[in-house]
Amino acid sequence: MITTLTARDLTKIYRTGEVEVHALRGANLDLYEGELVVILGPSGSGKSTLLNIIGGLDTPTSGSVRFRDHQLTGADESELTRFRRDHVGFVFQFYNLIPSLTAEENVALVTEIAKRPLDPAKALGIVGLDKRLHHFPAQLSGGEQQRVAIARAIAKQPEILLCDEPTGALDSETGILVLEAIDQVNRELGTTTAVITHNTVIGSMADRVLHVADGVIASIEENAVRRAAAELAW
Amino acid sequence: MVMRAIDRKVLRDLWHLRGQVLAIGMVVAAGIAALIMSLSTLEALDETTAAYYERYRFGDVFAWVKRAPESVEQRIAAVPGVRTVQARVSRFATVDIEGFAEPVMGQFVSVPAERQPVLNQLVLRSGRLPGEGAEDEVILNEPFAEAHNLASGEQIVAVINGHRRELRIVGTALSPEFVYALGPGALMPDDRRFGILWMSHESLAAAYDLKGAFNSVSLGLERGANTAQVLQQLDRILEPYGGVGAIAREDQLSNWFVMNEMEQLRTMSMILPTIFLVISAFLTNMVLGRLVATERGQIGLMKAFGYSSSEVGLHYAKFVIGIVFVGSVIGIVAGTWLGRMNTQMYADLFRFPILLYRPSTTAIAIAVSVSLASALLGSVGAVRRAARLPPAQAMNPPAPTVFHRMRAWNTRAARWLDQGSRIIVRNILRSPTRSTMTMLGVAAAVGLLVLAMQWNDSLNYLGQSYFFHAQHQDATIGLAEPQSDTIVRDFEHLPGVLAVEPMRIVSADLSVGPVTHRGSLTGLKSDAWLQPIFDDATARVVPVPPDGLVLGTVLADKLGVSIGDRVWLEILEGRRPEVALPVVGLVETYIAMPAFINIDALNRMLKERPSAEYVNLLIDSRHEAEFYARLKELPMVSAVMLRQAAIDSFYNTIVEHIMVFITLFSSLACALGFGVAYNSARIALSERGRELATLRVLGFSRGEISYILLGETGLLITIALPFGCLLGRGLSELMAASFNTELFRIPLKIEPSTYGLAVIIALAATLISALIVRHRLDHLDIVEVLKTRE
Ligand SMILES: Nc1ncnc2c1ncn2[C@@H]1O[C@H](COP(=O)(O)OP(=O)(O)O)[C@@H](O)[C@H]1O
Ligand SMILES: [Mg+2]
Repeated sequence: MITTLTARDLTKIYRTGEVEVHALRGANLDLYEGELVVILGPSGSGKSTLLNIIGGLDTPTSGSVRFRDHQLTGADESELTRFRRDHVGFVFQFYNLIPSLTAEENVALVTEIAKRPLDPAKALGIVGLDKRLHHFPAQLSGGEQQRVAIARAIAKQPEILLCDEPTGALDSETGILVLEAIDQVNRELGTTTAVITHNTVIGSMADRVLHVADGVIASIEENAVRRAAAELAW
Repeated sequence: MVMRAIDRKVLRDLWHLRGQVLAIGMVVAAGIAALIMSLSTLEALDETTAAYYERYRFGDVFAWVKRAPESVEQRIAAVPGVRTVQARVSRFATVDIEGFAEPVMGQFVSVPAERQPVLNQLVLRSGRLPGEGAEDEVILNEPFAEAHNLASGEQIVAVINGHRRELRIVGTALSPEFVYALGPGALMPDDRRFGILWMSHESLAAAYDLKGAFNSVSLGLERGANTAQVLQQLDRILEPYGGVGAIAREDQLSNWFVMNEMEQLRTMSMILPTIFLVISAFLTNMVLGRLVATERGQIGLMKAFGYSSSEVGLHYAKFVIGIVFVGSVIGIVAGTWLGRMNTQMYADLFRFPILLYRPSTTAIAIAVSVSLASALLGSVGAVRRAARLPPAQAMNPPAPTVFHRMRAWNTRAARWLDQGSRIIVRNILRSPTRSTMTMLGVAAAVGLLVLAMQWNDSLNYLGQSYFFHAQHQDATIGLAEPQSDTIVRDFEHLPGVLAVEPMRIVSADLSVGPVTHRGSLTGLKSDAWLQPIFDDATARVVPVPPDGLVLGTVLADKLGVSIGDRVWLEILEGRRPEVALPVVGLVETYIAMPAFINIDALNRMLKERPSAEYVNLLIDSRHEAEFYARLKELPMVSAVMLRQAAIDSFYNTIVEHIMVFITLFSSLACALGFGVAYNSARIALSERGRELATLRVLGFSRGEISYILLGETGLLITIALPFGCLLGRGLSELMAASFNTELFRIPLKIEPSTYGLAVIIALAATLISALIVRHRLDHLDIVEVLKTRE
């Protein structure tokens, strides 16, 4: 198995005034090429912090992150920008679409700076939104917005797709639609994918499930069979 | 080419925020318009004057003699540097106009029959030039004709050289020589009581026994001629014929006043718009900084996708350029339009027959680049701050500030403040920079309003002081020649005259070392009270000393003298004595640069028996008509100046014109104030939307959250108002200090009502913006705000 990303001994301490929060306390993580990983854990356990650090959105207090043969720890601002631009796609809990741009334009915003992008319309087609190209975020439902966010994340054909609670703001039915899109991208494009959730049911669609507790990866579980997203229910 | 998504975002955001874009645009526009209006007016008037002078051949040099034979013309023409010579007859005479009780003075000037003079040509407005051999044909200057409703074909009567003559009007005209038509001794133009009358040279020379001679000459010089040398040689040539000192164009009466007016305008055009532009730039900078700061989440998002900080910076730069563009377009259009209006008004005042106007490209370039630079600087700072954060952090709303538990708040104050008020106070205290900025913005707008509106107070104060405290006479009569002071008794005997006071004014060069001031010396009786020496600084009458000079402080400063120093005096009349006199007193005056002397000392210096050239009169209004009727019969009267007419003219011309200018500035200040108030409230709304929505969820009513948001702005503004008034006072002081022409100074005077009005306008602007924001607050979609991050 080829390791796409390796993180070692990550710690992250947030300081606000006199208060110190140890969000990560020495987390270790590997992401293998093409796999779909679900990161499970209670709220406040450090999942988002971990994902942000491996995605180059934040820097750890200590520890190292390596993407293929690039060392990300100690990389400067422009190297991190390059890394995010060329290799990572993000999906956030609150969709984070640009409200003043249409679905297609939100995707184009990313493809315009990517090296080998998909056509925005095609990316939206993959998530089943080919009829919604010219809608503004305000004109889309939450699930549709999240699927636009997924299209936006995959349109650059990233090596890694990172999703932070992509279903967190959605009802289960819509959530499943979104997970199906992620599953499909992972299978068809072979994108290494990490999905954060605190919903244990989602774990069964993964190759591996990482349990995060109190700032560390407490245990790793391998699924013999990946269940299709459509079969999930909660 | 398809527009990139990120650029489309710029356009959409501009459209989405159009209310704020327009409001910031107004702030930008106010600064730009102020500068363009002022500089365009100035440039246009400069160019128009120059073109007018050029096209109608305004003379470069002017001189007067008692009587010089025509042959002297050849000698003058031979002076190196002289290109053209216009010799003519020019005299003052009384004019009688039917139905107009008061005496009217006319300045008669000769022109060749049936053709334009070589210099100082007439701009014929109606009719024609005087014909050959027609002895009674006269052209009136247009404003004079209009003031009396006189037209070609009508008759007027003038007392020329002691003979009553009926004259027939054949035309009306303007002349570059009489843009400002001032009667002898008058300070303000008065078109009803003073007119210019052009007649053919032949008939005027005959009337004044000047056949084959002239008593006035104007020269056109070659380019690059040495004016000083020409003046010297001209003086030498004319001296034997009773020359009284040639002057260059810059000292010519009308031109001097025009240039002075331009100088005032120039001062106003430099200082006011500069203050405006600086403040508008500062506010733009501040407002855009805050606006971009609210975009923190989107900045983080773009960075998360892999946009670099400089790409994000460029994106916001485009956004800001868009706003400045909107502001610039409004500013340029408004400034050009206001400038044209302003120029037109001045052109009407001066009665320029031509008007060259185009918006000042220099002003546009300066104003737009200053605005753009400050706007970019403001936004770059905010983008930098947001882009420096790790994207993960930027995308989250700013971490809740740690509220320091201020003991005072928890114990004493908190007890008597309700929950909403406590939130307001805490919010202000937790973001001191933002609060200060809001206050500065409002203070700046109020300051500008005070600055613009205090002009009214200052000019009124100036008028009060000059016309009511410093003068008490009803009329000042100018005499054709200095008369023995027994004239006082003659005037005392006229009907209705309650008091008479003689006065003498002689032109003189005052010099100290290399500095020479060509002005005049006013001789007053030691017990003068109708027109005494009045010190504007102390608002007191200063006694006329028996000997020595009392100088206006501006003149003293120009000469660099103080009390005890000696000034070298060259009287330019009579025996032309030259003496050194000590300065024995200084007085501050708002108007002109006077030098006073005891009239007896002046007469002794001139080696003349006690005499006067002016008398100040106090007249019983019940006998006015009789008085005027008798006055018209007096042959030695050369000018009549009525204080009331001067007051009217002061308020109708100077004050009115400055007030138009000031009104324009006040409206720009209002626009600016509104822009700031609206933006502060709108930005506060977007910064606090989530928090307010949360409060709504917790059960706060609409009224309560409006109170929290608008109360904050309101409280800040209330605190800012006194500072705004102080700033206004400071700016006005700066302005008054720099507004300092030889003709007049502006006293610093701000009425409480002006502060009041400025405050009311600021409050109204705030209230209107608050209502708009309140409307938005009422429609705040709680769920939407809580759900979405932006
Ligand atoms: N920017 C921040 N400043 C301070 N504390 C933070 C910040 N981000 C996260 N934390 C804290 O770090 C811990 C882990 O947060 P997070 O990684 O978001 O948890 P999760 O995603 O598992 O819910 C929490 O206690 C949270 O309060
Ligand atoms: Mg999280």
